[in-house]
Amino acid sequence: MTIVDKPVEAEVQAPASTVYAAPNTPGAAVNYRPRYDNFIGGKYVPPASGQYFENVTPVTGKPFTEVARGTAPDVDAAVEAGWRAFQSWGKTSVAERALLLNRIADRMEQNLELLAVAETWDNGKPIRETLAADLPLAIDHFRYFAGAIRAQEGGISEIDHDTVAYHFHEPLGVVGQIIPWNFPLLMATWKLAPALAAGNCVVLKPAEQTPASIHVWLDLVKDLIPDGVLNIVNGFGIEAGAPLAQHPRIRKIAFTGETTTGRLIMQYATQNLIPVTLELGGKSPNIFFEDVAAQHDAFYEKAQEGFGFFALNQGEVCTCPSRALVQSSIYDGFVSDGLARVAGFKQGNPLDLSTQVGAQASNDQLEKILSYFDIGKQEGARVLIGGERADLGGDLAGGYYVQPTVFEGQNKMRIFQEEIFGPVVALTSFSDFDDAISIANDTLYGLGAGVWARDGALQYRAGRAIEAGRVWTNTYHQYPAHAAFGGYKQSGIGRENHKMMLDHYQQTKNLLVSYAEGPMGFF
Amino acid sequence: MGTSTLSRVDVTDAAADLLRHLAASYGPLMFHQSGGCCDGSSPMCYPVGMFLTGPGDEFLGVLPVAGIDPVPVYMSKAQFEYWKYTHLTIDVVDGRGSGFSVEAPEGKRFLIRSRLLTDEELEAFGLS
Repeated sequence: MTIVDKPVEAEVQAPASTVYAAPNTPGAAVNYRPRYDNFIGGKYVPPASGQYFENVTPVTGKPFTEVARGTAPDVDAAVEAGWRAFQSWGKTSVAERALLLNRIADRMEQNLELLAVAETWDNGKPIRETLAADLPLAIDHFRYFAGAIRAQEGGISEIDHDTVAYHFHEPLGVVGQIIPWNFPLLMATWKLAPALAAGNCVVLKPAEQTPASIHVWLDLVKDLIPDGVLNIVNGFGIEAGAPLAQHPRIRKIAFTGETTTGRLIMQYATQNLIPVTLELGGKSPNIFFEDVAAQHDAFYEKAQEGFGFFALNQGEVCTCPSRALVQSSIYDGFVSDGLARVAGFKQGNPLDLSTQVGAQASNDQLEKILSYFDIGKQEGARVLIGGERADLGGDLAGGYYVQPTVFEGQNKMRIFQEEIFGPVVALTSFSDFDDAISIANDTLYGLGAGVWARDGALQYRAGRAIEAGRVWTNTYHQYPAHAAFGGYKQSGIGRENHKMMLDHYQQTKNLLVSYAEGPMGFF
Repeated sequence: MGTSTLSRVDVTDAAADLLRHLAASYGPLMFHQSGGCCDGSSPMCYPVGMFLTGPGDEFLGVLPVAGIDPVPVYMSKAQFEYWKYTHLTIDVVDGRGSGFSVEAPEGKRFLIRSRLLTDEELEAFGLS
């Protein structure tokens, strides 16, 4: 069965206009099936509950498919299928695993446009982002880990002349992965690629807000993946996520989300004594030192773009630069230029190639953002631009759109301390270096940060002083597979990306071997 | 006026209705206010006993919901430091749920509505 009406090999027609046809309409690059089951042991199987839930597109607020409402028995079956597959998959050569990852990447590249449309429809993000960022990054991620696993080596330590310690990397077994809704395919890839490269089998639960695009992906690649190596159980957190996280037969659980669920995941992991990796978001400071405005040149434009990056993916990014800190000596001019730029952001139909700001991923996300507009105003923050829901009219009237918004206030306000996950930035000024770092680090989180300065020593000192796992310097929102990503403080545990990620999905086997011919002499 | 008559937390009628409905399936319920990514900054509703609170959590009060056990509300102390000047009302909107919160399969999502504490409340809570 295939989800695409045309054969996979067929070329996807470039859109006649700059607007891609919506899935399941004439000329669409991709059509969703009316229903998706769970994928267990290499085939689609109906959920044990017999129930499905409706999935809406945030573009219009209307349902477009229904998805299995998985529960504990489905998770059990998926874990069992994973262990059956692990008997052989765990013993495959690194060459074989790398080849699988490369083939997945190739298949995705051949179908990039189709996947991009599917992702935009499920999540609401602009098609230009899925085409230029989400999918190319995911493709490269599979290729990176294909290379990393081939190049990985164990170790040999000579303890003494007759004693040698060999260190081997071994897979963990069956691992659980719970995926967020902000980059459904890319975040699944961040977890899947290293896990599969390392020789594990996976039970993956997509987010209930964006449960469908991964099945479009799966239909493209499932013939490449040995049965049971990847199992997908859809459903709600309480009914499918919790049974997965506390399953006694998983060897690791990886989660991206928020702090309370992160704690619950750890709590479950303590019961099974398994490792966790957690990525729990942040409230990332984006710091503009005064020398960025020394000249109004290309670098200044770049820094201005950096200010506007809070609207990327509608602000639904764990590292959204949601606090802008601008040095007081340049504040008025820099902010005025920044606001003019924000006023020009094009918000519209996410399937339109010219759209820069699309829809929030769900109604509750929209409502939450609006509730923050309310508390921000109550706390005395000034709305410099935006601050309302956006009504785009027509078919989009039922979609979940929010105006790009700049609040001006001070760092103790709740809008400076809580991740709003919308196209909203909280703006304040700082006097000098120490003030900037003090404000930047006055947060519970430490995932991302941005430093903008012309002075190299200043860049370095600021980057080292900020308590965050990723400090972009004179850039922002780049996510190459080769750079470690993860949080300080309450932003999580462990890293994603980079070859170090393989360690999170591997055991160390040490063989300690004596080549001495005689006894040690103790007994 | 003592703190006994003032509360940091409240619940809307619609949220109370949903809590009554959920309690019929899950038994006594509690909330833990989340922070961070994705569905962060949202209240998570769990059956009592599912989520372990500890010394790092602040007990904010209980939601009086007629017909079921009072529903306690917690938040991490670190987060409370930034939230302590606001009164929180748990409301509900249509949504797709999040985390492991129990209302998700109902197509509903609990949501926090906030207002600044009044002068009287600030004094009662030792914040004036």
